[in-house]
Amino acid sequence: MARKLLLEHINVPGIHTFDVYRQKGGYRSVEKALKTMSTDDVVEEVKKSGLRGRGGAGFPTGMKWSFLAKPEGKARYLVCNADESEPGTFKDRHLMTYLPHLLIEGMIVSSYALGAATSFIYVRGEMMPQIRILEKAIAEAKNAGFLGKNILGSGYDLELHVQPGGGAYICGEETALIESLEGKRGNPRIKPPFPAISGLYGCPTVVNNVESIAAVVPIINDGGDEYAKIGIGRSTGTKLISASGNLNKPGIYEIDLGLPVEEFIYSDEYCGGIANGKRLKAVVAGGSSVPILPANLILKTLTGESRLMSYESLAEGGFQSGSMMGSGGFIAFDEDQCIVRNTWNFSRFYHHESCGQCSPCREGTGWMEKVLHRLEYGHGKMSDLDLLVDVSKKIEGNTICPLGDAAAWPVASAIRHFRDEFEWHVTNPSDALNRNYGIANYADPLPKLEEIS
Amino acid sequence: MSEKVKVTIDGITVEVEPGTSILNAARQIGGDIVPPAMCYYSKLEGSGGKCRTCLVKVSKGSEKDPRPMPKLVASCRTGVMDGMEVENITSPEVIEARKGVVEMLLINHPLDCPICDQAGECHLQDLSYEHGVEKTRYEFERRTFDKIDIGDKIQLHMTRCILCYRCVYVADQITNNRVHGVLGRGDASEISTYIEKAIDNDFSGNVIDVCPVGALTDRTFRFKNRVWFTKPVDAHRDCPTCKGEVTLWYKGEEVLRVTGRKDQFGEVADFICNTCRFETKKTSDWVIEGPRHIAKTSVISSNHYEMAKPLDVIKHNPILIEANKEEFERATKI
Amino acid sequence: MLKVTETEQVEFPAAMISEFETIVQRYPEGKQKSALLPLLHLVQAEYGWLSTASMDRVAGYLDIHPIEVYEVASFYTMFFLKPQGKFVLEVCRTGPCCLVGAEKIMKHIEVTLGVKEGEVSEDGMFSWRGVECLAACGMAPVLQIGPDYTFYENLTEESVNQLIKDLKNKI
Repeated sequence: MARKLLLEHINVPGIHTFDVYRQKGGYRSVEKALKTMSTDDVVEEVKKSGLRGRGGAGFPTGMKWSFLAKPEGKARYLVCNADESEPGTFKDRHLMTYLPHLLIEGMIVSSYALGAATSFIYVRGEMMPQIRILEKAIAEAKNAGFLGKNILGSGYDLELHVQPGGGAYICGEETALIESLEGKRGNPRIKPPFPAISGLYGCPTVVNNVESIAAVVPIINDGGDEYAKIGIGRSTGTKLISASGNLNKPGIYEIDLGLPVEEFIYSDEYCGGIANGKRLKAVVAGGSSVPILPANLILKTLTGESRLMSYESLAEGGFQSGSMMGSGGFIAFDEDQCIVRNTWNFSRFYHHESCGQCSPCREGTGWMEKVLHRLEYGHGKMSDLDLLVDVSKKIEGNTICPLGDAAAWPVASAIRHFRDEFEWHVTNPSDALNRNYGIANYADPLPKLEEIS
Repeated sequence: MSEKVKVTIDGITVEVEPGTSILNAARQIGGDIVPPAMCYYSKLEGSGGKCRTCLVKVSKGSEKDPRPMPKLVASCRTGVMDGMEVENITSPEVIEARKGVVEMLLINHPLDCPICDQAGECHLQDLSYEHGVEKTRYEFERRTFDKIDIGDKIQLHMTRCILCYRCVYVADQITNNRVHGVLGRGDASEISTYIEKAIDNDFSGNVIDVCPVGALTDRTFRFKNRVWFTKPVDAHRDCPTCKGEVTLWYKGEEVLRVTGRKDQFGEVADFICNTCRFETKKTSDWVIEGPRHIAKTSVISSNHYEMAKPLDVIKHNPILIEANKEEFERATKI
Repeated sequence: MLKVTETEQVEFPAAMISEFETIVQRYPEGKQKSALLPLLHLVQAEYGWLSTASMDRVAGYLDIHPIEVYEVASFYTMFFLKPQGKFVLEVCRTGPCCLVGAEKIMKHIEVTLGVKEGEVSEDGMFSWRGVECLAACGMAPVLQIGPDYTFYENLTEESVNQLIKDLKNKI
C-alpha cells in the first residue's frame, strides 16, 4: 500500500471541518513554519523536496518561488489555480470537496514563504459547491486564529479569498487566470514579463496548482528530504491521478511516482482493470492535451521497459512514442472506442475554449475541428490526414500561450499512432458510421527495436 | 541616455536603445528584413503579440547568455539584448511559420478586395501577396457577420476583421469613453458595441486609420474611388482639437477623404480629429504642403512615384539576396 | 450585436448590494473591477440571466464602462445573455464523459424534455445544453444545474428521468 501524504485522512468523518482536521494533526505545518522557520527556510525545504508543479507543466515549485521578485514597497501575491478544467482531471475538485483545510493550510504556509499578505484561490465558477466549502473553511480557520492579523502571535498577517471563475478553460493558464482575477476577459498575457515580476495588479505573483499547494503541507511537516525519498529520479513525492474512462474503478488515486502504468491500470488497489471485461486500446495519460498512446506503447517504452507513472518515463520516446505526465488525468479507452471520434471531441473542446486572441489558435482550432468532424461523419478525404498534421504544426509553438500546443498535440499524436483507423474512416465511410474500427493491432506486443530499424 | 545595445538581424548589425523591441530595431535598419506587423502599433500601448505575423527566430539570446530561444518569438513584444542575433527572412522556419499565420488569417477572410475600400492600402493584402499561397486549403463555409454602421461616419464590416485589437486600444487610449470592444470568444469573437450604439467621440475616426484591413472604413469615402486612383497630398490647418496635420486624398480637384499621415509601416504620425477627417473636405480649408511620400511597395505609388528597387542593405548582402530571391528578382526586373 | 437599444432600468435588492460591498472589499483600492465575475454570478443567480440593464447597473456600481462588462460576460460560458429555462441542465460533453455514454444521455434529455439544445421549453421550466469538461470525469456522465451548480453524477437514463421528475415537483 502506497503512502498517502495528501489523502491520508480523507475517509475520516467530518474531516472537512476545522476541529476534526486539527485533531488529525492539521495546521501543524503552519505552527512549524511560522514559529520555527524563516521564509527562506520554507522555500529551501520546498526546493529540497523536488516538488514539481502538479497543474501540468511540471516546473519545480521551489524554483518558481525563488524567481519571485521582491521589490520594496510592492505587494506580492500568491494565487492558487483551482480552475481545474483539463478533460480527464478532477483531483483538485476532490481535494477541495473533502479536504478544504489541507489547501488552506498549504496556502498559509506558502503565502508566508512568499511574503504575501493577501492570497486568492481562483476556483472555476462551475465548482460553486466547492467555493462554498472553501469559504466556510476559511471562516473556520480565521476564527481559530490561523488567518487574519498576527497569525499564532507570529506577527504575520494573511487574508485569504476565494474568487470564482466564469467558465473558461483558458483561465487555467496562469496569466489568463490573473487577467480574469482582475475582472477582465481571460486572455493570456504576452510574456515576458512573467508573473514573478509583474502579475496580479502589476505586482510579483506566484500561481500554483491546488495539489502543489497541498503538497507543501507534508513537505514542511516531514521535511523536503523525506518527501524527495518518495518517487523515482526527478519525479519525487506522491501524485494524485484522476482515473477515468473505461475502467472498473475510476476515481482519484494517490500514487508514489514511479508506479508501473500496468500496475496502476490492472491492480485491484488502483483501477482494477478495464471495465466490462474488455481490452485496453489506448490511454491519454496526463489530461486531454498530452499525446494519446496506443495500449502497447503506454505499457512499455520502445526499448521494451515497463512504462512508469513518472514525468520522465511517460515522456520517454519524445513525441514519437511517448507522452507526458501533464496534470495526471488518466483516461483509458477500451477496444470499442473510436479514436477519430474522440480526437474530434477533444478538438471541439479546444476550439470552444480558444480565447481568440492570437490568429493560429483562433483560426486553426476551428479548422481542425471541422476537418475531424468531416472525417468522423464519413466525408473525409485521404489528404485530410496530412492537412491535419500540417495545420497542427502551424499552430504548435506559434501561439501566445500553451493552449495552441494543447490543441495540436492530441490531433498530431492520434494520427501518428492510429493512422490506420483514420484511413479506414476515409475508405469505409459507411462502416465508420455504424461500427467501430476495434482494437486492431494497437495492443499487440511492440516489435523489437532491431525490427523497427 | 543609457548605453546602446547591439543586435544583429539577418546578418545586419544595428545599435539601439536598451528596451527596444526586435521589431523596432529591424525598423531602424529598414527594408525587407522588417517583420510584418498586423496588430502592433507603436503609438498604442499594449498592442502587439496577437497576430503572430512578426514571429522571428532568436538564434542567440545575448552576449551573456548565448542560448537560442526555444520557440519563435513575436518580435514586436520581445526586447533586444546586447549581442542578440535574430533571423527573420534568412530563416526558413520563420518563413514557413509566417506562411502558416497568413493562411490562418485568410481562411475566414472574405477576400472581397474588389469591393473593399481598403484594397490598395490593406496590410492583409500586402501580406498575402508576399507570403500567401494562391490556393486555399480551407473547404468550409467562411465566418460572416452583418455590416453595421457605428454612427453615420464609420462602418464596421466584422467579416473582414482579423481581431488585432488596435481599434479597442484607440478607444481606450485616445478617447474618453470606450463603447466598443471585443465580445464573444475564440473564432466567434467580434468587435461590437453589444447594443446598437454610435461611437461618438472627437477622435473616434482614428479607428479607421489604425485598422489594418477593411473592417472599419470611412462612410464618407464609401465606394467613392479606388485608393490607387486618388492622389495623396500632405496638408495642414489650424485645428483647435488636433494637430491638424493630415493627408488629403484627391481625385481631380475634389478631396475624397482625409486621413492621418501614415508612414511606411502604415502608422499615422499623429491622430487627427473627426472634424478634420470627416467635415473639412474643401481645398480652401487647408494649407497644402506637397505630395505625400508613399512607400515604393504600395500600389498607390506604382504609377506616380519612385521606382521600386531593392534597398542598399539588400543589394550588397549575398545572404539577403538569396533569402529574398523572389522579391529581389521582381524588384530588379523593373 | 443586439438590434435593440434597451433603456429600462433595474434596481438590485438591498441584500444583493450589501453582498456587493463585502466582495469589493477583498480587493485593493482602485481594483474593484476584480469583483466583476463574483458580482455577475450574484446577478445571474437572482434573475436567471444577465440583461443589458443589469450589466449596466453592475458597470455603474463598479465605476467601469458598460462595454467592459459586456466583454467579460460574453467571454465566459457560464453567463447567459438570453433568458433561460428555470432549470438549465448542463451536461458534460467532453471526451471522458462520452466514453461512458454522455451523448446518449444528451439525446435522452432532448427527447424527454422535448426541447432542442439551447432552447427553452414551452412552459419556461427547462433548457439544457452540452458544456465542456466539468472536471468530474471519474463520476461520468455528469450534469450540473445552476444557480448553486448542484452536481448529478454517474447518470443513467433512469436517474435522469428521476431528476426531471424531482425538478418538476419542486415547482
